[in-house]
Amino acid sequence: MSERNLRRRFWASFAWLTLGLGLAIVILRFQLGLGAVTNLSDQFPWGLWVGFDVLCGVGLAAGGFTITALVHLFHIRRLEPIVRPAVLTAFLGYVLVIVALVIDLGRPWNLWHPLVMWNPRSVMFEVSWCVMLYTAVLALEASGMLFEHLGWRRALTLQKAFTTPLVVAGVLLSTLHQSSLGAFYLLSPGKLHPLWYSAALPLLFWISSVAAGFAMVLVESRLSGRAFGRELEMPVQRLVGRMLLGALVVLALARGLDLAVRGVLAHVFDGTYEASLLQLEVTLGILLPIVLLSHRRWRARASGLWAAGLLTVFGFVIHRLNVSITGFEASRGATYIPAWTEIVVSLALVTAGFLAFRWVAAHLPVFPPRALARVPDRARRWTR
Amino acid sequence: MKIIRPQGILIDITRCLGCGQCVEACRTLHGQSPEPEPGARLSASDRTVVDERYSQPVRRMCMHCLDPACASACPVAALRKTAAGPVVYDASRCLGCRYCLQACPFDVPRYEWDQPVPSVVKCDLCADRLAAGGLPACVEACPAEAAQFGPRDELIAEARRRIADDPTSYHPRIYGLEEVGGTSVLFLSPVSFEELGFPTGLPSEPLPDRTAVAIERVPGIVGVGALFLSAVWWITKRREEVARAEGPAEPPRRRRPDPPETTGNEEEHHV
Ligand code: SF4
Ligand code: SF4
Ligand code: SF4
Repeated sequence: MSERNLRRRFWASFAWLTLGLGLAIVILRFQLGLGAVTNLSDQFPWGLWVGFDVLCGVGLAAGGFTITALVHLFHIRRLEPIVRPAVLTAFLGYVLVIVALVIDLGRPWNLWHPLVMWNPRSVMFEVSWCVMLYTAVLALEASGMLFEHLGWRRALTLQKAFTTPLVVAGVLLSTLHQSSLGAFYLLSPGKLHPLWYSAALPLLFWISSVAAGFAMVLVESRLSGRAFGRELEMPVQRLVGRMLLGALVVLALARGLDLAVRGVLAHVFDGTYEASLLQLEVTLGILLPIVLLSHRRWRARASGLWAAGLLTVFGFVIHRLNVSITGFEASRGATYIPAWTEIVVSLALVTAGFLAFRWVAAHLPVFPPRALARVPDRARRWTR
Repeated sequence: MKIIRPQGILIDITRCLGCGQCVEACRTLHGQSPEPEPGARLSASDRTVVDERYSQPVRRMCMHCLDPACASACPVAALRKTAAGPVVYDASRCLGCRYCLQACPFDVPRYEWDQPVPSVVKCDLCADRLAAGGLPACVEACPAEAAQFGPRDELIAEARRRIADDPTSYHPRIYGLEEVGGTSVLFLSPVSFEELGFPTGLPSEPLPDRTAVAIERVPGIVGVGALFLSAVWWITKRREEVARAEGPAEPPRRRRPDPPETTGNEEEHHV
């Protein structure tokens, strides 16, 4: 057996082990309550599952609305080849967010309640509606791949006819709930550390999700390129890189301006725990990728784009965790460190996402035909 | 017809003996053993406690905010402010999202972390007893009249009178008068509220105003957004058609290879 095969086997067993363990923990959670498998408390009612699985999951799926908008509304045809992977990533991302919610909510069997029990003043109410509707929109957008695979011509034609309104709805719904995830925290002045608490949180969440969406496209292209032995289409990747650069520059300006206007810019450098976390998040996730992407030499290379994408994603995750968890530590007078069981469940969800993407990509026309030649064989071996 | 005047409780810390009768009454009412949990912190079984960590024994309980953050946060209106004053909870609606815990500026709601079917737990100002014409159990149990129940405006007048009559024993501030837009539960103290661990930096506007600003933008974003996106769609489509009609004079790939350094700004209108 070749070394490559061995490595594949190792990762495959690791993936299935994580999934199995995650499932066992989820079963325990439903028998014994959230307290048995999490470090959540009355001081930290939201932990890793909200901060990472939900906030980051939704944010990183933003490529779904940005890429579809650029291609179908802005008619930037060169991005066409990445529409389907982006829509698939987004759809799977949202499905996983909903799975995470089912695990995290105390009474998930009431998940449908917002449909009939209304409280339009609640940001959570708005988010529930948007997530439900947008997942449906994504399912419809992704259904084209299925129809094409099944050879259902008429369904495909019908689906295509509705593309524009679907994309418009997708952009609007995404804009609303991406920003609303930031609006959650508007209720917490004095609880969330002033380095992060801002009336502009909704806008900042939206801009950073746009950047994270582009970054995920770069990361996802590279990963699937490797998995399926597919050549990266560099012109497309470079274009996405430039868009990521644009989004990051806007984000950097917005973050800087926000800190300055609120008069806390000086606190970024006062050496506190929070200040270092903010520096980490901004350096890693905004400044470094900007530097990388603005050098033509790096932007032209697959490895440069990959690094920029990965850094942006890391920085994005740190930002969301700072807003949802670490930014609350000082005012709570308590700390929250996720239990290993919480981490395993989060890992299991990410793993499920990867496996699902591979499986779908191996069976449905996700990538343009030219690139598909070697897909089925290798991908199936992995998911078997 | 009688107009309902919103009711509340005035807690006078100068009178509190720290005897814990209120806690016992509340626990008994909710079917628990009278003895509170050690640590004297609100918990899934203690809706009120007498906190002994400070120079004075201090009652803790839900403030029954006039415009409660918890109720505005709740996606299914499981928490709501009643006209009579109490902020009540209906477990049958609850999703268990814990946004109410996250939102409450006074850190009041508690969660049953060890239950497979968990509820939010907090004081409901004995809403059922009030509806039946009674008093909150804790008020009734207090031997020192440290807690007084009544219409909020009367309680405020009473609090002002006590401060005016004895300015040396009282700190001049009534806690709950303005905090987050006012609360139905009010506190009087011999020392500053900071010293007793109360959150003192709270804004005087209701917290839900802050999320309302975001939510009120929704129709505008949808309207302007839909218009803008349709316009972009139409214009870029036209441009594409024109380019196609004009033939290969302008090849679609004219921007390859990577054009000279971009500032990043040119993408702004895309994002
Ligand atoms: S004190 Fe907290 S729980 Fe009580 S009404 Fe106000 S926001 Fe709600
Ligand atoms: S936990 Fe229940 S009561 Fe609290 S906000 Fe969520 S649904 Fe409402
Ligand atoms: S009003 Fe009722 S529920 Fe609230 S603390 Fe007093 S006895 Fe307990």
